[in-house]
Amino acid sequence: MAGMTLSSVGKTYAGGVQAVSDVSLTIEDGEFIVLVGPSGCGKSTLLRMVAGLEEITAGEVTIGDRIVNRLEPSERDIAMVFQNYALYPHMSVRENMAYGLKNRGTSRAEIEARVTEAARMLELGPYLDRKPRALSGGQRQRVAMGRAIVRQPAAFLFDEPLSNLDAKLRVSMRGEIRKLQRRLGTTSLYVTHDQLEAMTLADRLVVLNGGRIEQVGTPLEVYHRPASTFVASFIGAPAMNLMDAQVAGGRVLLEGVDLGPAGVAEGAVTLGLRAEDLSAAPTGLPVVVDYVEELGASRIVHALAEGQRIAFAHPPEAALSDRMALRVAPGRLHLFDTLSGKRIDRAARVPEVVA
Amino acid sequence: MTVSPSLSLAQRLRLWVSRPAGPPAKAVQFDRALTPWAFLVPQLAIVVIFFYWPSAQAVTSSFYLEDPFGFGATFVGLDNYADLSRSNEYRQIAGFTAFFSAVVTALALGLGLLLAVKADKVIRAAGPYKTALISVYAIAPPVAALIGMMLFDLHIGPATQFAALFGYDLRVGIDYWDTAFALIVISVWKQVPYNFIFFLSGLQSVPVSVREAALIDARSGWRRFVDVTLPLLAPTAFFLLIINVTYALFDTFGIIDVIVKDKPANNPMTLVYKVYLDGFKGNDIGGSSAQSVVLMVLVAVLTVVQFRLLERRVHYG
Repeated sequence: MAGMTLSSVGKTYAGGVQAVSDVSLTIEDGEFIVLVGPSGCGKSTLLRMVAGLEEITAGEVTIGDRIVNRLEPSERDIAMVFQNYALYPHMSVRENMAYGLKNRGTSRAEIEARVTEAARMLELGPYLDRKPRALSGGQRQRVAMGRAIVRQPAAFLFDEPLSNLDAKLRVSMRGEIRKLQRRLGTTSLYVTHDQLEAMTLADRLVVLNGGRIEQVGTPLEVYHRPASTFVASFIGAPAMNLMDAQVAGGRVLLEGVDLGPAGVAEGAVTLGLRAEDLSAAPTGLPVVVDYVEELGASRIVHALAEGQRIAFAHPPEAALSDRMALRVAPGRLHLFDTLSGKRIDRAARVPEVVA
Repeated sequence: MTVSPSLSLAQRLRLWVSRPAGPPAKAVQFDRALTPWAFLVPQLAIVVIFFYWPSAQAVTSSFYLEDPFGFGATFVGLDNYADLSRSNEYRQIAGFTAFFSAVVTALALGLGLLLAVKADKVIRAAGPYKTALISVYAIAPPVAALIGMMLFDLHIGPATQFAALFGYDLRVGIDYWDTAFALIVISVWKQVPYNFIFFLSGLQSVPVSVREAALIDARSGWRRFVDVTLPLLAPTAFFLLIINVTYALFDTFGIIDVIVKDKPANNPMTLVYKVYLDGFKGNDIGGSSAQSVVLMVLVAVLTVVQFRLLERRVHYG
């Protein structure tokens, strides 16, 4: 087991396409890191560079205390779980798990012990002599996990391992992966495009966009203090409302309505508001209700504030009308630069008055 | 519709023609009982005229001794077969056929696989490279043999001159084993592209992620090939094995014909060529028919053996 360091890692494909640029990241031993981002953001490329399946064109990757740039995938002391499982179709479950160990000259007794242990952990005991094609999707996924576990590697690499499963199985496998990783304490790098999966699994999230890191942080940090409008709109469901607003006289004004103290320079800003930080009130920001999403435990109301879309959470039992007024929970204004999209930190925490 | 089985064909036909066309009950059901037969007739006719009828003819005439000029035939029972079993020449040719088929199949499969594995790794200019390898397949066997004949020509053949560089006197058409060598080279050359195409597409159907998983699991490229790639290629290889054995046994006829037909005697040949030689050159229709029946049985047995013994070990994805 070991930590991992990525320093200024980049990937340029032949033809000049820059898939990943200048990614630096230090991963502690035993940490569960999730790389998340939309498709094409370079997250899989980054993972495959760590695995050794893609050449690293810039920077250095260290696993444990070895620089692995020039090492073959089999020498990097990693195990990978692929999106489509990548099991060997002609080998039984047992052979699938044992194959890597056999090639590394592990003794027969040791292989047997590790496979049995992994099968017990993953409840694969009854299936050890079956071929992958006789297994369900969830079972195949577990075999892929088993194949990774028996190697006892320095790090697990997961490449969207749950995206081929149905929604229900995905949630339960998510839990299993998390528990397993906690139990084994193996450093893990996990790629997904599903922000919910990312939030629930990660010790720390790495949000990638266009091959660059947008933000690194714990799920709550990223959720509550998104570093940019991209992160704000990517993490959380429904996405954070991003609206054009003004800062004047030290106050944030949205469509002329005072929403609270700003603490930043005067001028145009992008204002971020989470749906759950908004609530209906007798007075406040006037909105016209457009449509309602029923979620059972709550409902998301989509409305228009002077032509700008805004979504807010509304308790299911509360009354709805065509025209409503909204107030913002104190201190929940996220301000972003209109050009760069970067978060603008407030100069000073001003004690806030209820708007 | 229900037609009583006692009706004659003419009655059935009349019924079929007179019946008003209604919508069929199911997509696969025909409103007239004879319609499906009408669709089957062309295919059946071809199979019957070009396979069952000649086969039956061959079996029949193998029991007769035919007059060379076609004036009559005498029933001789199993004499033709008895003659075959006593013929040293026939046994020798059968032996050569077995040797020839085994060598051609092994070399054509081996080289095809080797080239496919190498071509699979080519990233730049893969297209022209593959086209160059495949293009030989477009050449007909007799043309391939003609090209081969020029290469192995006694006086001006580059292959002969090349052998002479090493002090070897290559005499194709005169020396038995030199001719055999040329036959094998040309036959293999002709068949490699075919195997190459299939092996290449077989390799490309091995999922990339499975190969990558193997990359993480095994350090040695040879191990990965033997343990992962080859088993996944087994269905392709099994199919090609049957095709190649058939090729070596039968389709090399054109090559053999071009190489040996105007050469002095005692040239290597396969059983199929012997059938042709005895039947059409030697006018021994009976003996040649007996030979083709033997060949038919041989191929049937071979196919059954291949399926029984080998298919069990083939993994179909």
